[in-house]
Amino acid sequence: MNDEPAVLVERLGKVFDDITAVDDVSFDVPVGESFGFLGPNGAGKSTTINILCTLLRPTTGAARVAAFDVASHPADVRRHIGLVFQDSTLDEYLTAEENLRFHAELYGVPRDLAEDRLRDVLEMVELWERRRSVVSTYSGGMKRRLEIARGLLHSPRVLFLDEPTVGLDPQTRAHIWNYIEELRRRESITIFLTTHYMDEPEHCDRIAIIDHGRIVAIDTPEVLKSSVGRDRIELRTEDDTAAMAELRDRLGLEPTMAEGAVRIYVPNGDRFIPTLFADLSVPILSVSLAQPTLDDVFMSYTGRTIRDSEASNAERLASNPFIRRRMGARR
Amino acid sequence: MSVHVAPVRVASGTFADDWRAVKVVWKRELIRFSRNKPRIVTSLAQPVLFLFVLGTGLSHLIPGATGFDFRTFMFPGVISMTILFTAIFSAVSIVWDREFGFLREMLVAPSRRWAIMVGKAAGGATVATMQGVIILALAGVVHVPYSPVLLLTLLVEMALVAFMLTAFGLALASRIKQVESFQVVMQLFVLPMFFLAGAIFPLTGLPLWLATFTKIDPLAYGVDPMRRAVFAHIPIPPEVAAGLNGGVTWDGWRLPTALALAVVGVVGLVLLGIAIVRFSKTD
Repeated sequence: MNDEPAVLVERLGKVFDDITAVDDVSFDVPVGESFGFLGPNGAGKSTTINILCTLLRPTTGAARVAAFDVASHPADVRRHIGLVFQDSTLDEYLTAEENLRFHAELYGVPRDLAEDRLRDVLEMVELWERRRSVVSTYSGGMKRRLEIARGLLHSPRVLFLDEPTVGLDPQTRAHIWNYIEELRRRESITIFLTTHYMDEPEHCDRIAIIDHGRIVAIDTPEVLKSSVGRDRIELRTEDDTAAMAELRDRLGLEPTMAEGAVRIYVPNGDRFIPTLFADLSVPILSVSLAQPTLDDVFMSYTGRTIRDSEASNAERLASNPFIRRRMGARR
Repeated sequence: MSVHVAPVRVASGTFADDWRAVKVVWKRELIRFSRNKPRIVTSLAQPVLFLFVLGTGLSHLIPGATGFDFRTFMFPGVISMTILFTAIFSAVSIVWDREFGFLREMLVAPSRRWAIMVGKAAGGATVATMQGVIILALAGVVHVPYSPVLLLTLLVEMALVAFMLTAFGLALASRIKQVESFQVVMQLFVLPMFFLAGAIFPLTGLPLWLATFTKIDPLAYGVDPMRRAVFAHIPIPPEVAAGLNGGVTWDGWRLPTALALAVVGVVGLVLLGIAIVRFSKTD
């Protein structure tokens, strides 16, 4: 293998009818890195991943995956990538084993290696014992694990995970992340994932924050979080409305209500808390101080929270039949 | 957890790799079919109903054909019907695959798209032929002899017709994006195709407008050879045969069996080609 990045994207753009889904995006992912694409639904994450997987053609720009151009050498790209989509692509009438055999044949995995490899990947996701069960009897989390196993069956150089944990309960999500971590350790594989769960990309080496088809920030989670430069303080009071008014008028802050608490952003939050107690006349019930999260990072770059963006994107995309169908299928 | 996972090297895009893809897609169709027992039963109920209920009822309407069972006439038609519905259902299942995502698993594989489509067509054709064989087993009941030559001839013809119909279904499915559209396909294409094929009434002496439609129905070119094969193996007064076994004619000329089958084969290949091209498109 050469030194070329696992994924190389240069001025990539994709336009559907009149909607620009991806707008002049450039980045690269070195071999062995785990790279997270973070943004609200409809921000262009899936479109980008579909272009990298050769399922969509770029309108402008170019992308190379595993050193092959996605537009001119799609078959070579496909041979070297594994895919886990947000919608299940398993055949529920088949058993786990049959699904994997189907995949091995389709990807031309040599027969003498296929059986060992099949066992390895199934054991890794702890489904070996259930290999003869028909997939329709699996839970959501088991299906996702099986898809991850299948994506690895042909030893891809890059594994694409499009919202790998969407629709799963928190415990199963945590499990899936353990498998992904384990995988990186064992297979020295490059991982490219998308998510709109803010707590998830903490597992990544680097994150790109994408909004309206553009990358607004790209760096390690630590650097991104420290770039916010402010801490988040959440307080519960006896009268939130009065507290917000006071924070606004007396202290010149911009309080918001979030998750049942008054939220403010200040530099050096630990030193600000005493001021808060001294200046606020409304009785304070509790105060919590938090280091910035990726949600705060998103907020600081776009001025909106992920959730607000999703609401407006859903509206924006409702006019596009292609994306509307995809969203409908996702239910 | 210190198991070593052996990395494997995968396909390099040779014909042998694509051939493996063809075989596995074919095999999947068979596995899915064998797991769906209700489907096997329901798709057999309909032909049996046509043959024994409709056939018996209609035979009272045919005057003069004494000593001839009308159901013998219908038998090749009912075999075609079985193949028609099974093949179309198999092919259109690719729309389900699209809806439930499995189509993606196939379309993102490095194998070339023709391999997927050929495998799918072969799978659907095999399943449909197998269903046809079950109906074929009823031959004796409607006075069709179990002659090895006849059975073999019918088997080959059934397989060819099944292939053409699966290809037709795939070409249709390439245009259908939603499962809901399946009903439309049935009403708009499958039922007319069945009625115009000469499966339940003879194609002789039809009004011109109807006769014209029957000539553009590819299934008619499959039913005719099958019926000829059956009629060649039963004792039947020539005047009765003439009325029932008119077959497909072009400008008054009766198409020979070989040409009729060639039409079926060519139409099948063209439709498969259309399906391959349509499914190979990338947005």
